[in-house]
Amino acid sequence: MNDEIKEKLLKKSRATRSEFRGRIISFVCTAIIVTVVVSIFYFVASKGLATFFSNKVNLWDFLSKTIWNPGSTDSHGSPQAGALPMIVGSFAVTILSAVIATPFAIATAVFMTEISPNKGYKILQPVTELLVGIPSVVYGFIGLSVVVPFVRHTFGGTGFGILAGTFVLFVMILPTVTSMSVDALRAVPRYYREASLALGATRWQTIYKVVLRSSAPGLATAVVFGMSRAFGEALAVQMVIGNAALLPHNLVSPASTLTSVLTMGMGNTVMGSAANNALWSLALLLLLMSLVFNLVINKIAKRGKF
Amino acid sequence: MADERKEIISATDVHLFYGRNEALKGITMDFRENEITALIGPSGCGKSTFLRTLNRMNDLIPSVTITGTVMLHDKNIYAPSTDTVALRKEVGMVFQQPNPFPFSIYDNVIYGLRLAGVRDRRILDEAVETSLRQAAIWDTVKDKLSESALSLSGGQQQRVCIARVLAVKPDVILLDEPTSALDPISSGQIENMLLELKDEYTIILVTHNMQQASRISDRTAFFLQGDLIEYADTRTIFLNPKEKETEDYISGRFG
Ligand SMILES: Nc1ncnc2c1ncn2[C@@H]1O[C@H](COP(=O)(O)OP(=O)(O)OP(=O)(O)O)[C@@H](O)[C@H]1O
Ligand SMILES: [Mg+2]
Repeated sequence: MNDEIKEKLLKKSRATRSEFRGRIISFVCTAIIVTVVVSIFYFVASKGLATFFSNKVNLWDFLSKTIWNPGSTDSHGSPQAGALPMIVGSFAVTILSAVIATPFAIATAVFMTEISPNKGYKILQPVTELLVGIPSVVYGFIGLSVVVPFVRHTFGGTGFGILAGTFVLFVMILPTVTSMSVDALRAVPRYYREASLALGATRWQTIYKVVLRSSAPGLATAVVFGMSRAFGEALAVQMVIGNAALLPHNLVSPASTLTSVLTMGMGNTVMGSAANNALWSLALLLLLMSLVFNLVINKIAKRGKF
Repeated sequence: MADERKEIISATDVHLFYGRNEALKGITMDFRENEITALIGPSGCGKSTFLRTLNRMNDLIPSVTITGTVMLHDKNIYAPSTDTVALRKEVGMVFQQPNPFPFSIYDNVIYGLRLAGVRDRRILDEAVETSLRQAAIWDTVKDKLSESALSLSGGQQQRVCIARVLAVKPDVILLDEPTSALDPISSGQIENMLLELKDEYTIILVTHNMQQASRISDRTAFFLQGDLIEYADTRTIFLNPKEKETEDYISGRFG
């Protein structure tokens, strides 16, 4: 009897063995993912840095010159890889669309969580989810057939440009930012609202002095997340921005973004050429930017714990 | 002697329904100025519910219907013309769980004043010091007013919450088991503080702690299943209760 128990205790139980197996499986999967991520970084970096090391483009020229023609060389014999127009284009559409989307998203989220948490939430929640899931080519197509002509008629020019890109991105990121803002507002504990009302606050005062204020980190995360989506969006933007690698002088002149130049150019260059390497440098820049966005999100999220 | 004190709140025949479930079955009782009244009774008997009818916090629950009258300073707070925002400034509330906002201690205390539109830094500073002193926590926090209130211990947080209510200068303070989440030392400090505050405020306290009720309250009301069974001087309730249920409850025979 005693020995039986002893043996049972000493032998590895089935649960222990299956736990061990589970650990191995998840460890292997994690290792694979990490390897893939590291190799992507390595690949993009080695290609992207070749522009500076093999093709001798000056890093500062890359960031500040405005002529993008990496197939040909300038007077010093290095490729003309001035990425400033794309950098400006990317940041312009990202910031503008986020600036416009933020108030709409937060207002919608407040409506869904504070003003009409039953009916409004039930109707709008599936709508936002649906909008998040629409493929970007659809947004681009709508942008091309509705927004571009609208901009052309209202503001003149061809209609292609930063303004059209901003519009399309605004609509694209709005549902994402909204649904993340909703999550942020719903995470505000109920007792904060009760405490505020019990101190003689109106519902509106409670919303902006307690709910919005205590969910500010979550809302900021939502906006930065939207920005990172806008920054990385390629297809929809490429369809409406005009794709001219020129420094935009206004919002309705054709421009380009890092992503649009990449998607337009990838198929037309020869692997290993200066022109191809220059595109990889743009990709590297995109990758670094998305890293920055992630860091910012992590940093904010850490401060926003209740 | 206490009988000469003025009545500040009187509830008459208050019924409250959560949907079809009657949680208060006709409560009639009044509260005197500058006294501490304790509400006791087993879990689920309606103490919190009744407390929340006194500042109309039950209005926030959609399924609730309330009948009867609650007079505060001879005005029915359930009259259609009542401004609940103004009411809640007169009848402040402290909750069971300490619930400071995730702001600095300073911002927590001035929350009510900011709502009222007070901007003057001097007035705000003064109010912060006075209320924190009244809540017996000024010395602990005076050097870290700009730190988050969430960094304090539970007992300290509860006192900041009390200071937050005091800063609004209500007439009546409702406390729903304010010390149930606290250790005996913090509870004792809060009890002493309430005893000091009663010169200026009317205090209504829900508690499960019989010693607490007997130590600090002037009058005690015993609730059972939505009914007010007995309401009298605390001494009477604890030493010579008239009702059998009260006696059973106090001596720990049920509840
Ligand atoms: N929001 C609500 N919706 C529906 N029923 C409720 C609600 N709040 C309380 N009740 C019911 O009302 C009755 C009284 O509840 P109440 O919270 O007032 O009791 P209590 O005396 O404060 O109890 P405790 O000592 O446990 O805090 C209970 O039967 C409870 O189920
Ligand atoms: Mg209760």
